[in-house]
Amino acid sequence: MIIPLALALGLLVAPLVRWSGRRLSGDAPYWRDMPYGAAYGYVLAALALAGSAWLYFVNGNVFFRWGVQGFIAFAIAAYLFRLAGRHIGTGWSRRQFRKMPLTASFGILTILVYAVVAIFAQWLAPYGQEEILARANLVPGGDPALGGDPGFPLGTDQIGRDILSRLIYGAQNTVGIAFATTCLAFLLGGTLGFLAATLGGWLDQLLSRLMDVLMAIPALIFALLLMTIASAWAGSERGLLTLYMVVIIAVIDSTRVFRLSRAVGLNIVVMDYIEAARLRGEGLRYLVFREILPNATAPLLAEFGLRFCFVFLTIASLSFLGVGIQPPLADWGTMVRDLSQFINYAAFVPLAASVPLLAAGAIALLTVAVNFVVDWMLHRSSGLKE
Amino acid sequence: MSTLFRIILQRLLLGLLTLLIVSIVIFAAVNMLPGDFAEAVLGQGATEEAVTAIRRDLGLDQPPVTRYLEWLGGALQGDLGTSFAKANFASFVGADAGSGLDTVAAQIAPRFANTLFLAGVSAAIAVPVSLILGVLAALYRNTLFDKATNIFTLSAISSPEFFLAYILILFLAVLNPVLPSLSNIYQGMSFAERLDRTLLPALTLTLVVTAHMMRMTRAAIINLLASPYIEMARLKGLSPLRVIVVHALPNALAPIITVIALNLAYLITGVVVVEVVFVYPGIGQLFVDSVKIRDIPVVQASCLIFAGAYILLNLVADIMSILSNPRLRHPK
Repeated sequence: MIIPLALALGLLVAPLVRWSGRRLSGDAPYWRDMPYGAAYGYVLAALALAGSAWLYFVNGNVFFRWGVQGFIAFAIAAYLFRLAGRHIGTGWSRRQFRKMPLTASFGILTILVYAVVAIFAQWLAPYGQEEILARANLVPGGDPALGGDPGFPLGTDQIGRDILSRLIYGAQNTVGIAFATTCLAFLLGGTLGFLAATLGGWLDQLLSRLMDVLMAIPALIFALLLMTIASAWAGSERGLLTLYMVVIIAVIDSTRVFRLSRAVGLNIVVMDYIEAARLRGEGLRYLVFREILPNATAPLLAEFGLRFCFVFLTIASLSFLGVGIQPPLADWGTMVRDLSQFINYAAFVPLAASVPLLAAGAIALLTVAVNFVVDWMLHRSSGLKE
Repeated sequence: MSTLFRIILQRLLLGLLTLLIVSIVIFAAVNMLPGDFAEAVLGQGATEEAVTAIRRDLGLDQPPVTRYLEWLGGALQGDLGTSFAKANFASFVGADAGSGLDTVAAQIAPRFANTLFLAGVSAAIAVPVSLILGVLAALYRNTLFDKATNIFTLSAISSPEFFLAYILILFLAVLNPVLPSLSNIYQGMSFAERLDRTLLPALTLTLVVTAHMMRMTRAAIINLLASPYIEMARLKGLSPLRVIVVHALPNALAPIITVIALNLAYLITGVVVVEVVFVYPGIGQLFVDSVKIRDIPVVQASCLIFAGAYILLNLVADIMSILSNPRLRHPK
């Protein structure tokens, strides 16, 4: 109700703002040439800012406040990280940081933090991921008056496992498995793609048509179908099922890697230096590893980032649907599903509702960070300036 | 005109061929399942005769090629087989043989309609919004507005759907109860009521696809801005909005249409997670449930429908881009 009213109000206020701007600045070119739409945009932005301030200080809920605080904290952290990067490190890294947008430095910082947490999870987590502690469903916050416990800052889950420890181990499991899957997909897709590009002929035709067929089935649907079969094969062996999932997702995603590496490879194969190497009598291995691969690193690296995001999200979605990473391994997708009903208590116990959002937010934060970095890399290498 | 017709016919045949091969892949994958359905359903009562009877009833004793052809023939006539979900010992033996055997088509049909409704509502919101936002971002490129939308859309694309869904539930259903958080849809609902229940999942899907379409619209328009005819239009003194909407947009239409069609394909196939979050009675949820209980005929049929919709929309994207670009109509 308020929003359409504000939009209509903006329509009336915009020309007024432009007119007063012209009068006050003595018809400066900036105000003189301002189109009506831009003036409206400025008015809307001001209204949105005012609305947010009103929500934050007067009549908002605690989640909005947390969101705003988190955003500002991340921005400050990214700014400080960029500042540090500009003064510490080798000449090359300092030069990189000088031209970096804030989003990219935020991405790099986040990826570093995740890597540290994932590698040192054993030492960072206060409890084990499978350890079942005395009390279940402790409220986060650690305040005994509200049903918390100072020993468990994020509370415990429905069977009494420490949520903070599981979040930390989740970094190791979810990110680690996604990383391994992406590497496998690249090994498979990259090798086949470069082979198809260098050898050509019937091998190229065969592989390309095969990949076309595999790509005609939507990825998540195909993964779910194959997971049905894998779960029947694995029976009650849950570790085996996780292994099958890695292979299945790697195969499905390798089709996309194949497409890219074949296209990139085809562009390189027609170059003169490949012709020269062939005339020199170099073997296939030399051609692929010493001539093609070094020249295909930049697009493949960007693709690796994007592919990692896709794989990570697919694994999280599968786990959320209950067919991905299996318990007792802690994993963020499963945690979201298990704790999701707490969201309904958000109006009464905001802290309890924040836990599933924290797990889902952990997934989102990493993919957003990787995307920011890839976006920056692509922008830098493509030279798209306008 | 005849070349155009021929190209379209060619693409259609190619799409049909793809669908055929995909159906073979699906059937082959399902046949890799270990164990035997008849024994599984009978459990303790798996006598020799009962197992043979069920195999004969369901046609499981035929060789795979025959079964595939029968399945395909049935699927073409709208008969997708019998769901195993409620099958038990009594379904095959004794007086009430045939009880508890639901046809797959009867299970899927109403849910498929629901999913199409959800996808339709999302598309009706997402397509105009993303086009307008894309044009605006191209118009005010490199301003604060452009950078803010860039950050926002990149975050929306890369977040998992369930994160966006729970955020929307938190703000629009729990803290400010505007919309219902569960999409309880049944037969004979009024349209307004149905729309009300569908709006929250539709908004989640809109967030996901809008970001992608908007970014592509912006990129497609900005790609053209360096061309000489845009320069000319600018030098004539046209306003920036007119340059973009009248001069740049028509030529950027081909990639935009492709992206829209691909995102519609995503809407039909990518609804699985969103339907599960909102307990929306669509085909995606049925698919996940069948995966969990290994109801093979339903899994097979849903997979085929998803793949069919995906291939069809990709085909539409292909044909539309040929139609909108004369250069593709006359390949060298």
